[in-house]
Amino acid sequence: MARRHTPFGAAPRTPRWRDPRTRALVFQVVLLGAVALGIGWIVNNTLSNLARQGIASGLGFWGEDAGFGIIMSLIEYSEAASYGRAFLVGLLNTLLVSALGILLATLLGLVIGIARLSPNWLLRRLAAAYIETFRNIPLLLAIFFWYFAVLRSLPHPRHSIDLFGLAYLSNRGVYLPQPVLGGGPGWLIAGLILGVLAVLALHRWTRRRRNAGRPLPVYPLWLGIAFILPPAVLLAAGGLSWSLPALRGFNFQGGMGLIPEFVALLLALSIYTAAFVAEIVRAGIESVARGQQEAASALGLNRRQSLRLVVLPQAMRVIVPPLTNQYLNLTKNSSLAAAIAYPDLVSVFAGTVLNQTGQAVEVISITMAVYLTISLLIALAMNLYNRRTEWGVRR
Amino acid sequence: MSKLYALTVLLLGLGLAVPAAQAATLDEVRERGHLRCGVSQGLPGFSTPAGGQWSGLDVDFCRAVAAAVLGDAQKVAFTPLSAKERFTALQSGEIDLLSRNTTWTATRDTALGFNFAGVIFYDGQGFMVRKELGIDSARQLSGATLCANSGTTTELNMADYFRANGMEYRPVVFEKSDEVIAAYDSGRCDVYTTDTSGLYAQRIKLKNPEAHVILPEIISKEPLGPLVRQGDDQWFNIVKWTLFAMVNAEELGVNSANVAQMHGSDNPKVRRLLGADGSIGRNLGLEAGWTRAVISQMGNYGELYQRNLAAEPLNIPRGQNRLWTDGGLMYAPPFR
Repeated sequence: MARRHTPFGAAPRTPRWRDPRTRALVFQVVLLGAVALGIGWIVNNTLSNLARQGIASGLGFWGEDAGFGIIMSLIEYSEAASYGRAFLVGLLNTLLVSALGILLATLLGLVIGIARLSPNWLLRRLAAAYIETFRNIPLLLAIFFWYFAVLRSLPHPRHSIDLFGLAYLSNRGVYLPQPVLGGGPGWLIAGLILGVLAVLALHRWTRRRRNAGRPLPVYPLWLGIAFILPPAVLLAAGGLSWSLPALRGFNFQGGMGLIPEFVALLLALSIYTAAFVAEIVRAGIESVARGQQEAASALGLNRRQSLRLVVLPQAMRVIVPPLTNQYLNLTKNSSLAAAIAYPDLVSVFAGTVLNQTGQAVEVISITMAVYLTISLLIALAMNLYNRRTEWGVRR
Repeated sequence: MSKLYALTVLLLGLGLAVPAAQAATLDEVRERGHLRCGVSQGLPGFSTPAGGQWSGLDVDFCRAVAAAVLGDAQKVAFTPLSAKERFTALQSGEIDLLSRNTTWTATRDTALGFNFAGVIFYDGQGFMVRKELGIDSARQLSGATLCANSGTTTELNMADYFRANGMEYRPVVFEKSDEVIAAYDSGRCDVYTTDTSGLYAQRIKLKNPEAHVILPEIISKEPLGPLVRQGDDQWFNIVKWTLFAMVNAEELGVNSANVAQMHGSDNPKVRRLLGADGSIGRNLGLEAGWTRAVISQMGNYGELYQRNLAAEPLNIPRGQNRLWTDGGLMYAPPFR
């Protein structure tokens, strides 16, 4: 017989070009080459076009004087500061509104998500109405609503709403008394460290007591330590005074002012995202088997305790991944700030700086890289947290 | 990450890759059959879309260039652009010509890859406030909140002015003019600042225009003019000389009503302007009758001004935009 006999169990030898591993390798090399060529062509084309049209390129503008003012900055900034500094101002404003937005949206979303499952009919319905309303309104409209309809209709500073002579509401913003620290930041840090140490000590002590069957109302104590200890240390060190806002000239002077652009953006972002967070929280809670709750009440835990100690910890592993997504969305959505003149990264850097310098390619690339970095950092932090909440799966 | 980066560069690159394929803008416009012109999104007197038809000084200039190149002033596609978008639109080749109350500055002329074709309107930045504030000078504005357009020379000038005079201010900057004027009207700002022509133009949009006053200080020079991309001299010349033709026509008394009979004039200056003598049209790559098309369809500079700015409801006095022969700054090189 001409047919070649192969021993039992041994695969026939395939020619090299049909070997899937070789082919995969070849395809990957070809694809990589094509991508590299494509990138090279695009970069080259962009550069030569920029040069041909006489458009200056490079990052030389970074250190030049910005020359324009910004209404709100967390760091020292003036018109004489550099474009780089303006970038930093915009970045910090973006981070501020995102961080506060994430905090508010989480708290609000948690409360509403739990209320959505409440045995109380009215509470449940109200939560459902909230979710359906805000989830289905486009965010930009919500921002415009808060900015144009609500905050703009507040009175002029001269006729502002006076809250006991301490705070004022007007169409220029919210003015609050600002604490002026006598002792300096060093004492504040000392107070904070002391607070953390106290909380850790308390934690150990209450755990022992709880294990002994004599639990303490531990959360109020924690809050007390966190909010009272650092200011107390500060007060003892150098005293504390208050700067009160007062109307002088065109506007309020002194105190702490929140511009309406910031307030509108923060409200719109947190209220909008909270509706999504609430649904995620509901889904998480509903994913925990009913028996868990029944078991918790059989142990004698009340509804609050079973939610906090039994249900939520198990719900977290369902909640965290989509929650991460919402955090990313909120941060990216904060770029809608440009529509209402809140000086965020997009408005200041990809708006004014781009226009004053004309460096579109550089400025847009940097802006995209910044958002990418922020998103990756949030994802990283949430993934680390997620790993900690996965104990239910791995054990 | 590398995929995203590639995509970024790809998208950015595509925007800039377009003009590489462009030959002479003139040929492109002719082949396409219409001119693509960038204008502002709505500034009475300069460019307003009313009833589906654009009107204004900047708009009329686009039409004049279309008349010069294609013989028909109606063959224009208008692209409304915000202050922030305008330069990228021109750089990327999305438009052939930017005629959008844009200030001629050194940076824009040198680093951004543009050529300014001249000045179509001499302007200067001013301030508008509510009459009830009882203010009669910009020097009294320390501590005020100012509304302005972002990414404009306005934003820089106001910073310069307040710094130079040691005054404090709070800037609220929006991308769109409509948002700026809405913010000012609702009382978010004490002051609205932009080019004086813009103040007059925007004032008529306010709820109660009579309640607002424009302060006397002019804090900057704002020569507004049309601009094109660098690197196409022929196109640059055509746009430049369209503007000069309209100014020269006014100086020589040629207007839309008499251009046909002036063509037979004995005045050598008029004959050269209207293409009866000389080869200026051919040198530009246009028909000999290109100026006749411009003037008969759009009129001379004075007609454009009268129609768009001096008439109701704007009533902007001609001021420094009068011809040099009347003591103004409008001065065009001769057709020779």
